[in-house]
Amino acid sequence: MDALINLKDIVKTYQVGTVEVHALRGVDLQIQRNEYISIMGPSGSGKSTLMNIIGCLDSPTSGRYELESTPVHEMDDNQLAEIRNRKIGFVFQTFNLLPRASALHNVELPLIYSGVSASKRKVIAEEALDKVGLSDRKNHRPNELSGGQRQRVAIARALVNNPSLILADEPTGNLDSKTGEEIMRVFGKLNEAGNTIIVVTHEKYIADQASRIVRILDGNIADDLQLEEN
Amino acid sequence: MNFEEGLRLAYQTVKSNKLRTFLTTLGIVIGVMAVIGMMSIIDALERHMTQTLSAVGGSVFWVQKYPAVRIGHLDRKYRNRKNITVEHARAVKRLAKAVGAVSPEFYTLGKQIKYKDESTNPNIIIYGGDENWAEVNDRYISEGRLFIKEDIYHKRYVAVIGSDIVEKLFPFSYPVGERIKIGNIRFEVVGVIDKKGEIFGNTQDNLVTIPYSTFRKVFGTKRTINIGIKAKSVELIPEAIDQTISALRIARKVPPGAENDFEIVTQDSIMDTLKNLTGFVFIAAVVICGISLLVGGIGIMNIMLVSVTERTREIGIRKAIGAKRKHILFQFMTESIGICIFGGIIGVILGVVVGLFISAALKLPPTIPVWSIFLGLGFSLLIGVVFGVYPAMKAARLDPIEALRHE
Ligand SMILES: Nc1ncnc2c1ncn2[C@@H]1O[C@H](COP(=O)(O)OP(=O)(O)OP(=O)(O)O)[C@@H](O)[C@H]1O
Ligand SMILES: [Mg+2]
Repeated sequence: MDALINLKDIVKTYQVGTVEVHALRGVDLQIQRNEYISIMGPSGSGKSTLMNIIGCLDSPTSGRYELESTPVHEMDDNQLAEIRNRKIGFVFQTFNLLPRASALHNVELPLIYSGVSASKRKVIAEEALDKVGLSDRKNHRPNELSGGQRQRVAIARALVNNPSLILADEPTGNLDSKTGEEIMRVFGKLNEAGNTIIVVTHEKYIADQASRIVRILDGNIADDLQLEEN
Repeated sequence: MNFEEGLRLAYQTVKSNKLRTFLTTLGIVIGVMAVIGMMSIIDALERHMTQTLSAVGGSVFWVQKYPAVRIGHLDRKYRNRKNITVEHARAVKRLAKAVGAVSPEFYTLGKQIKYKDESTNPNIIIYGGDENWAEVNDRYISEGRLFIKEDIYHKRYVAVIGSDIVEKLFPFSYPVGERIKIGNIRFEVVGVIDKKGEIFGNTQDNLVTIPYSTFRKVFGTKRTINIGIKAKSVELIPEAIDQTISALRIARKVPPGAENDFEIVTQDSIMDTLKNLTGFVFIAAVVICGISLLVGGIGIMNIMLVSVTERTREIGIRKAIGAKRKHILFQFMTESIGICIFGGIIGVILGVVVGLFISAALKLPPTIPVWSIFLGLGFSLLIGVVFGVYPAMKAARLDPIEALRHE
C-alpha cells in the first residue's frame, strides 16, 4: 500500500532582508497510515516549518509532497483549503480557538466550511466533544475553560471532519505536566482508534509514547527511530 | 458557508462593538434619512399642488402683470410694465372669439374689517370683481348671493366675505344682511364665500370681494388688475390664449417682435414652474444625500479595514481549518452589508419621522413615498457592497500562516 505521506527533498527558505534562512534543507520522509510519530529537535531546527508544510498551511520552496498519492505541491489556494478542511486536523500550542464562540461552535467550524447542514453539524460536533470528555462544557467559551480543556476542544475540532492525519505542534507546551499527560493520553487513544498522528515535542517522556521518533537538526532529518511497541 | 452563519457573525461583531458600529453607520443613517425626508416632502408638495391646482377650473386662465410663481426678488422688468386695466379686459372680451367669460379682478392687501365693536386683524385681502368672479376663481357662495350686474352698474356697497371673517366677526350670528366696515366705509354683507382651508399653511379664506366698480371708487383706479378668462370650452383654450395675447398686444401697443409685456398664467404653467422648482430641490437633495452616503461609505470601508486587521488571527484560524477565500470574503461582505442595512433601516425610520414632522409643520398631507424607502435601503446595500469589497478581499487573500502569527 502507498504511504499516507511522501515528502521528497522538501526545502524551505525564508528571505529576511538580504539574508536567506534555510529552515528545511531537503527533507525526505514517508509516513504510513496509523503511525504515531514524534518529531523532536532543538529550537529553531525547523520542526514547525515541517509541520506547517505537512499540514498544508505553508508551501515548500521546492520539493515534492504527496498526500494519499495526490501531489499537494501543485495545488492552488482553494485546493489546499479543501485538504486542510477534510484531510488534516491541526492542534496548535496556543489552542487557536475563536474567543467569542462556544466550545461547540468552535468544534462545528470545520463542518461549516465543508457544507454540513446545521442539524447534522451539531450531532457530529457533540460526538467529537464527547470523545475528548468535554460534553458537559459544550456551551462554555474558551475563556471559561482551563488550558487543558481548551486543548481538548481544539483536539475535538481537529477530529471532527474525520481527517486522515492529526498534526499537533507542541500541544502540551502551554500546559502543566499533569494536564499535558492527560492530553497525550487522548492522542494515544485516538491512535489506538486508527488515527495517524504526528506530534512535535521537546519532552522525552511524551515522545516515547509514539511508535516512531524523528529528530530534526538544522533543517535536516538527523535520526529516524522506530520504537518497539511498549 | 451558509447565509445564516454570515448574519450571525455580523450580528456578533456589531453587538460587541456597539458604539463603534453606531458611529460608523451615522453617515449612512443621515444620508438615508435625508433621502427619505426630502423625498417625502417633495412628494407631499407635488401632490398637494396637483390637488390644489386641479380644483381650479380647467378652462380658466389669467392675465397678470407679474408671473404667478416668483423666485427671489421682483424683477425690474416686471415692475416697469404698464398696469393691466379694465380696458384691456374689455379688449379681450371684444376681440377674442374663443373666450367666454372675462372677469377683471382688482385686489388690495392688508385691510381691516370691523363689525360693531369687533375687528379682524389687518390682513384681509379685498378683491374687486364682477358677476363672474366666483366662477373664474373656483369659489362658491355658501350663504346668500354674489353681487349682480346691477350692483356693479350702481357701484353699490355690497360685499361677499370669507369664512375667516365670519368666524371672527359673526361667531354666533348670521352675517348676511349685516353691515361691516372696510376702513371707514360701510358695506352690506350679501353672501359668504365657501371655506377653502389652508394651502402651505396660508389661509385662503381671509378675503372680502366687492363689485369692481365700487372698488375703483373706494381704492382708486391707478392699480393693476388680474384678468380671469374662461375659454368657451376646454378644447378652445389654446385658441383663446392666442386670441387673448393678440388682443392684449394690440390694446397695449406692443410693437411687433417685442416680448409680451404681461403674463399668461394657466394651470399648466403654474404646475410647470412648481415642477421646475421641486426638480431643483430634488437635484439638490440627490447631491446632498450622495455626499453624505459617500462619506458614510468611506466610514464603512475604514471600519472594515480596522476590523480585518483586528481579526487577522481569527482569519488565520478559519483558514487553517479549511475556510476558502470565498468564505472569508462572504463573511466580511455580510458584515459590511449588514452594518449598512442596519444604518439604512435606522435612516428609514428617522427619515419617515422627519418627513411626517416637516409635512405636519408645513400643513401638508402626510405622505411617505414607498419607493424612497426602497431607494434608501438599496443605497445602503450598494454602499455595503462597494465599500466592503476591498477590505473583504484583503481579508480573503491573507496567508494562513502569516495570519496565525499575527499578534
Ligand atoms: N516567517 C519566517 N520568516 C523568517 N524566518 C523564519 C520564519 N519562520 C521560521 N523561520 C526560521 O526558520 C527556522 C525554523 O523555524 P521553526 O519555527 O520551524 O523552528 P522550530 O523547530 O519549530 O523551533 P521551536 O522549537 O522553537 O518551535 C528558524 O531559524 C526560524 O528563525
Ligand atoms: Mg515550533
